[in-house]
Amino acid sequence: MKFGVITFPGSNCDQDMIYVLRDLLGNEVVELWHKDHDLHGAEFIVLPGGFSYGDYLRSGAIANYSPIMKEVIEHANNGGYVMGICNGFQILCESKLLPGTLLHNDHQKFLCRNAFIKADNNESIINRSVSTKEVLNIPIAHAEGRFFAPEEMLKEIEANHQVIYRYCNESGEVTKESNPNGSMNNIAGVCNKNRNVFGMMPHPERAADIELGNVDGLKIFESILQTVEA
Amino acid sequence: MDLTANDTKVTVNTAIELGLTSDEFDQIEKILGRTPNFTELSIYSVMWSEHCSYKNSIKWLKTLPKEGPHMLAEAGEENAGLVDIGDGQACAFKIESHNHPSALEPYQGAATGVGGINRDIFTMGARPIAQLNSLRFGDISLDRTKWLLKGVVKGIGNYGNSFGIPVVGGEVFFDKCYNTNPLVNAMSAGIMEADKMISATSYGEGNPVYIVGSSTGKDGIHGAAFASKDISEDSMDDLPAVQVGDPFQEKLLLEASLELAETDCIIGMQDMGAAGITCSTSEMSGKEGFGMTIDLDKVPTRQDGMLPFEILLSESQERMLVVVKKGREAEVEKIFDKWDLNCVQIGEVTKGGILEYYMHGEKVAEVPAESLILGGGAPVYEREYREPEYYRRNLEFKIENVQEPTEYKKIAKYLWNHPNIASKKWVIEQYDSMVGTVNMSTNKPTDAGIVNLKGYNKALAFTVDCNARYVQADPEKGCAIAVSEAARNVVCSGGEPSAITNCLNFGNPYNPEVYWQFVGAIKGMKLACEKFQTPVTGGNVSFYNQSVQNDKDVPVFPTPTIGMMGIVKDKKNITSLAFQNEGDSIYLIGASQNDISSSEYLYSYLGIEESPAPYFNIEEEYQLQKSIKTIIKEKLINSAHDCADGGLFITLLESAMANNLGFEINSDSNFRKDAFLFGEAQSRVVVSLSGDKEAKLQDTLNDLKIPFTKLGKVTSAELRVDGESYGSIKEAKQEFESALESYLN
Repeated sequence: MKFGVITFPGSNCDQDMIYVLRDLLGNEVVELWHKDHDLHGAEFIVLPGGFSYGDYLRSGAIANYSPIMKEVIEHANNGGYVMGICNGFQILCESKLLPGTLLHNDHQKFLCRNAFIKADNNESIINRSVSTKEVLNIPIAHAEGRFFAPEEMLKEIEANHQVIYRYCNESGEVTKESNPNGSMNNIAGVCNKNRNVFGMMPHPERAADIELGNVDGLKIFESILQTVEA
Repeated sequence: MDLTANDTKVTVNTAIELGLTSDEFDQIEKILGRTPNFTELSIYSVMWSEHCSYKNSIKWLKTLPKEGPHMLAEAGEENAGLVDIGDGQACAFKIESHNHPSALEPYQGAATGVGGINRDIFTMGARPIAQLNSLRFGDISLDRTKWLLKGVVKGIGNYGNSFGIPVVGGEVFFDKCYNTNPLVNAMSAGIMEADKMISATSYGEGNPVYIVGSSTGKDGIHGAAFASKDISEDSMDDLPAVQVGDPFQEKLLLEASLELAETDCIIGMQDMGAAGITCSTSEMSGKEGFGMTIDLDKVPTRQDGMLPFEILLSESQERMLVVVKKGREAEVEKIFDKWDLNCVQIGEVTKGGILEYYMHGEKVAEVPAESLILGGGAPVYEREYREPEYYRRNLEFKIENVQEPTEYKKIAKYLWNHPNIASKKWVIEQYDSMVGTVNMSTNKPTDAGIVNLKGYNKALAFTVDCNARYVQADPEKGCAIAVSEAARNVVCSGGEPSAITNCLNFGNPYNPEVYWQFVGAIKGMKLACEKFQTPVTGGNVSFYNQSVQNDKDVPVFPTPTIGMMGIVKDKKNITSLAFQNEGDSIYLIGASQNDISSSEYLYSYLGIEESPAPYFNIEEEYQLQKSIKTIIKEKLINSAHDCADGGLFITLLESAMANNLGFEINSDSNFRKDAFLFGEAQSRVVVSLSGDKEAKLQDTLNDLKIPFTKLGKVTSAELRVDGESYGSIKEAKQEFESALESYLN
């Protein structure tokens, strides 16, 4: 499996993602530049976190017009895998590859801390091997992470099991108190109908190195790798 | 050519309006052999301001130790000192203040402080890997304090988060002396291959000079001069002197600069901070005795019609001056083009050391570079100093005159709810502390922030420390304590102290009592830095931190913030401050004292504001740290936490809270219980260990002749002292973590 990690101007989690995929997990990774016009053979595209183009207009809004996004959209429409983390998730919502949008956190502040999440189902490669009973401790770091979708769209997302992860408490209960940003239905990440495009606000790449004392994020990468390579 | 034609008539009064003295004006006339024009006078006014010239501090700064076994670049030689960290790598780190801008416009003031300090690091070719900050605000009940705190934290957060470097440590402290004038000190550290350092230098006649990064606007004009006067009610008139930051441009400039560092196309590079083009052209040129001709028409500007002095003095952010090797221009331009950044040749290096600035084809200023800079022609002053009244009164304090309390539980609760002691979670969570995936303290809290060096068995430790109340009480001892506490934090985390950077925040240097504080602090810093072999790699002086209230100057507490870097040579030695297991024994290493001087308990709870600095003996401190290093290396302990603000009780509470454990301890009847629990005597560390290691620990400490006390043990959930419950860890933690936020609402 060849991964492609895109660097937009203002991306700042690109190297963290590359370190996990390449150095810790031993995958082939191509580094893609926002001005590129092809994906250099990458099969699984990752849009990393950061503040693409400064995010002065609206998170992800400008990145959506990058030359490489034309390729990403085509890749996704042909069934290729695409994953967006944090700002990457925001860009995928802007480009309509994913449903819904990400609004300012309900408390109006940037928030960086560990957050508990759990897989909502096992229907996508990103959560296939993660038990729905298991609570993962994954860092969040965002000011605009409140998932929002119009009522009908939200119903559809839920009905299709497109929610991949939800915020919960340490015991795995999905509660109002365990929702760090006011997301609808505690949604931490979603996928598209075809289950080949994923986005989530929490950063699994920040919980993948044993030296940092938390490897819960590896379970998410392993789920992807196991299913894809099987 | 008549340089004074078409210009405002310059007199000594013009100079005084720009912040120069009449003597300095005479000196300028002597240097130039004529009266300067307004543009030239403006150049001198910023370059000779305290902010750029250190004219009132350099004499004493020179007494600080600069050399150490690991120093690659010494203080003042480059934008930031450089420490050898082994394996061909070096660490550049520096702390800087942005106090005055933050007092007027907290959001932009703090944001541009973060931007400026990071540029100091990456302009040397180092990639920033960690940030810290040290903040001081006034009485938290004031609306102004809340506004400043919220603005500063948002400013640091928004800039730093976007720029993408983790915040790994910091401090926040409140006292009414900072009501008008908050202190915002930002620190950044970066790593690089030691032989790839870019110097802030310029030489080679004919080499092209480039400006890169953002366009130049009217923001921050005379910012350096503004930073060199008292904050007063009229300060709002200086709002245009506050710069505006753009972290996105900074991120692009970082990546482009580091790509540039990989080439050998350039002679030197310097970021544009204080005094903008003026400062970078003169500092780079003055060092080597070369000059420059600069065509100000070529500088990309944000608006039309900017005057020469405005372009020269603009402190617009996210800009660098680059001197390129002739013939290599295309390679440099290609890099900046990739990152969509301005990269424009504005002049070239000349022989002879004269800076000539042109606009519309006419020469608008001509000054010798060397005459402008520190170590060159910039003035150096000796200031008089005088011991203030209050110092005598502090020494008269006697603990015997303070009645022993009975309400220990009430005091404990008061302290863990006090904004100076309560958790700074509300602040910290607004900073990205995990980007870069190097922060090893996220899931294993430590006294100093530990930064992973991926692929090596070593890590770096960083901390910022200064209890300004101690420095106010006794500048010399207080500042020695600040250095010692920083070293203690590094040692408790499993590291070896390497070097420090300092941010010296004081009042008006022309006030002899303020200058006495400054001199004392420098002496204390020297003493401690020599003892711990931590040279000063650089830093920044911020005077004029005071306000005129009721026609009286009220200086802030003297606040010499110490930023320390240490090396963890073996990651297995990283030691958490958190108790690990129920049943582990708890020891206090170091001697207890009958001392409550300058403690939060004495100052805030009892309201006694005049007392000396807490008990401190540098030799005892040194021996204590040596013993902590030994017991960590011998794997005897499971946690180590430095005993600091709030005393022993708060130290125990912090160690217990991290893993939701409790403790059960006994006090020592040889000491007053308030001093034992809440006194802030220095050179003490709380450790926990499993029972089977106790004998070995005791033997080791006895061999080292270090005093220790067995306090008790780690329990599951309760805080008990002398058999009495002080509540559950759950309640205490809930209050400790929410206290700060509740003050702000």
